[in-house]
Amino acid sequence: MSARHDLVVVGGGIHGCTVALMAARGGLNVALVERGALCREASGVNAGTLTMQMTRVALIPYALRAHAMWADAPNWLGHDVGVVVCDGLSLAFTEREEELLSYRAGKRREAGAPIELIGANAAREVEPGLGEGVRLAGHCKVDGYANAYLTGLAFHRALIDAGVTLMEHRAATGIDRDEGGFAVQTAQGPVRGKRLVIAGGVWIEPMMAWLGVPLPIKVLVNQLAVTERQRPVMRTVIGIASGLLSLKQYPHGTTVIGGGWQGVGDRERGGVALMPDRLIGNVRLACHAIPALKEARLARAWAGLEAETADALPAVGPIPGIPDAYVCGSVHSGYTSGPYLARLLADLILEREPALPLFPIDRLLPPQSGRAAS
Amino acid sequence: MTAPLAFDVIVLGAGPAGATCAATAAEAGRRVAVIDEQPRAGGQVWRAPMGGFPGKGDADQAAGDALRQRLAASPATGLLGHRVWSVVRTESGYRVDTLGPDGPTALEAPSLVVATGAHERVVPFPGWTTPGVIGLAAATVLLKSHGVVPGRRLVVAGCGPLLAVVAAGLVKAGAEVAAIVDIAPRSAWLSRLPAILGQPRLATRGLSWAFAVAKAGVPTLSGHGVRRVEGGEAISRVVIGPVDADGAPVEGPEQVIEADSLIVGHGLTTASEVTRLLRAEHRFDRLRGGWIPVVDGAFQTSLPGLHAIGDGAGIRGQAMASLAGEALGWHLAGRTAEAAATRARMAAATPFSDAMAGLMAQRPAQVRAIAPETVVCRCEDVTRAEIDAAVDAGATQIDQLKHFTRCGMGPCQGRSCADTVQELMAARLGTSREAVGQWTGRPPLRPVPLGEVIGAFSYVDIPIPTPAPL
Repeated sequence: MSARHDLVVVGGGIHGCTVALMAARGGLNVALVERGALCREASGVNAGTLTMQMTRVALIPYALRAHAMWADAPNWLGHDVGVVVCDGLSLAFTEREEELLSYRAGKRREAGAPIELIGANAAREVEPGLGEGVRLAGHCKVDGYANAYLTGLAFHRALIDAGVTLMEHRAATGIDRDEGGFAVQTAQGPVRGKRLVIAGGVWIEPMMAWLGVPLPIKVLVNQLAVTERQRPVMRTVIGIASGLLSLKQYPHGTTVIGGGWQGVGDRERGGVALMPDRLIGNVRLACHAIPALKEARLARAWAGLEAETADALPAVGPIPGIPDAYVCGSVHSGYTSGPYLARLLADLILEREPALPLFPIDRLLPPQSGRAAS
Repeated sequence: MTAPLAFDVIVLGAGPAGATCAATAAEAGRRVAVIDEQPRAGGQVWRAPMGGFPGKGDADQAAGDALRQRLAASPATGLLGHRVWSVVRTESGYRVDTLGPDGPTALEAPSLVVATGAHERVVPFPGWTTPGVIGLAAATVLLKSHGVVPGRRLVVAGCGPLLAVVAAGLVKAGAEVAAIVDIAPRSAWLSRLPAILGQPRLATRGLSWAFAVAKAGVPTLSGHGVRRVEGGEAISRVVIGPVDADGAPVEGPEQVIEADSLIVGHGLTTASEVTRLLRAEHRFDRLRGGWIPVVDGAFQTSLPGLHAIGDGAGIRGQAMASLAGEALGWHLAGRTAEAAATRARMAAATPFSDAMAGLMAQRPAQVRAIAPETVVCRCEDVTRAEIDAAVDAGATQIDQLKHFTRCGMGPCQGRSCADTVQELMAARLGTSREAVGQWTGRPPLRPVPLGEVIGAFSYVDIPIPTPAPL
């Protein structure tokens, strides 16, 4: 009989890792079960953008606090993830984009994001690398980026420092409820906990099904690309009004191009392939915004999965009808906001009052279900 | 973006395997496109002279010219000077995107033939990134295509038949070859003699290279490897020493050879980027150059319509590559009798190709002897010690190693170092190459300039998807 932990977290992405870290620091005996290595899916292969201008309005208050957490990562995480805080610009090149930007920036501003609308000349002062044709820009001083691929290494060290029992390369195959709480089944034997957090990203849906809770999670397949190193060509994070571009040049000279253009893939196979026409479209946007990128060579493109609920708002809170079980995931722009939302959930588990409301999943469940097998 | 050009068969690579396959299938009535990044067909072994260089006029050039003439006379569409950057599966087959002299081109076909050849393996040693150190295969490019001798006094080192080829080529071009340094002991060649003599034409050519080298008085040091290169900004000395049969250094006197160039190569590894990108099934075969796609009797991989031939499907050399190209060309044209007859000829050539592959296979002991401070990933300056440290810190899978060290994240995307890095990881973990796995294949297959990928466009025509919800 294996020892029973105070908390078992299933899923080692940014949500699972942060919940585990905060709960362990709060005094709980925590185990984290991950089928691969930490932060090797969405949390490690995303574009690393830390921005308000691609964040959903309802999440702005969370994203602002999360941004502050990222900027302060050396203190609470203890390890470097290459965070750079800089200006961000969201660009409008057409009349329609101008309208879209004015409307969207206005809504985000109402929600607390410090976004100013500025003209082409002012935008070029913020970002001298801009191309021609900018009609309007949203300027946000709370922006920046991290080096997403460093996330796993940073959390790996932090979790071990905090005394979390790290179980990488151990796939959960089912979850049973038992007298003392939960038994997460794995090929290497069950992992038992008094409390349970499901933080499996796009795999939250099958994990919730183990508990009899039908929570649909959509799978987005985001294409990304990175250039070889080149001279400095930009100094801000760039997006466009529609949100279909994210662009930043890292200190070592490579530029990551993203924006959520969809590739081929699914929950079973991961990000399988990139659609060349969409990659070309994405790169055209990037070169239109920062023309000097045309000099760079494309080094690599990849596709990563992102989870989304039916209303595209997070699934963070208790699992209805199942005491001591929680879910944490499906946060839009989750890399930016994830750590703060996960910290709120850790507060709830530690019986502290969360500073902001969570996103309970009752709204996402069919009326007659989700209170299964209590 | 215009609709892709439609073919029955797309062949990637116009070396002996690919060009033969394309010509055979096209002559038999298939609509074939053959693509190569070089401006002329022939691959590496039959590389064409370029830029006004008339060529060496040797047997390789004659064979290459014959293949080039056959391909040009066939109905196959040649896209030469085209760099393939994307290959994807579609509902009806495969789509290939290239960048050529006239910009981007897209092609589609139900059948795709991968004949992408090999990459050169150089097992790192101190000083291997010094200017003046170049690969054996790279030296053959300079000699065959441009008639260029890369140095005045050269050392030719490593293993496999290319040692004698390159040394003989250098001697013929008038260069001073200070020494041939062969990891393999003489006994390794002698034990393969029966297989070599089974292919009299090839054995004769090998003897002619050896004779040319001996006549020039070039000393051959068998059972020796490069210990280090000295000189800093440019080579001044090559230090060699004895190695065991597996290529690991052993006690014994070092010799210092004054030279301004070291030409070094440790065999070939399969260029399997395309089959890896498409996620076909692979297996690890050290003799055949590392990770190779699993193929059936018709050279078909685990994916329908995806075929792999030539050195990219396992190192077997030119003779086998040409035969495989012809056999697959017949297969694709539905001519099964001719295909079977050609396949039968491949069986006879197998002992020779196995003997050569054995001399060029990775020697694990040589890799495991790499010194801690030696750079292994030269794109990102990652040393052996840093790779070991990442493994000790918890990186147990090859993709994870990238995140810990940036190893394999540079311009070559691991094409140069993968075989060495994976072996080092397996050694440190005490596990198999299969357990360590391969880096995930991703586009682009070669680095391509963004300015060329985008082609000509106007902003308003970019098909921007629907914005995410607010």
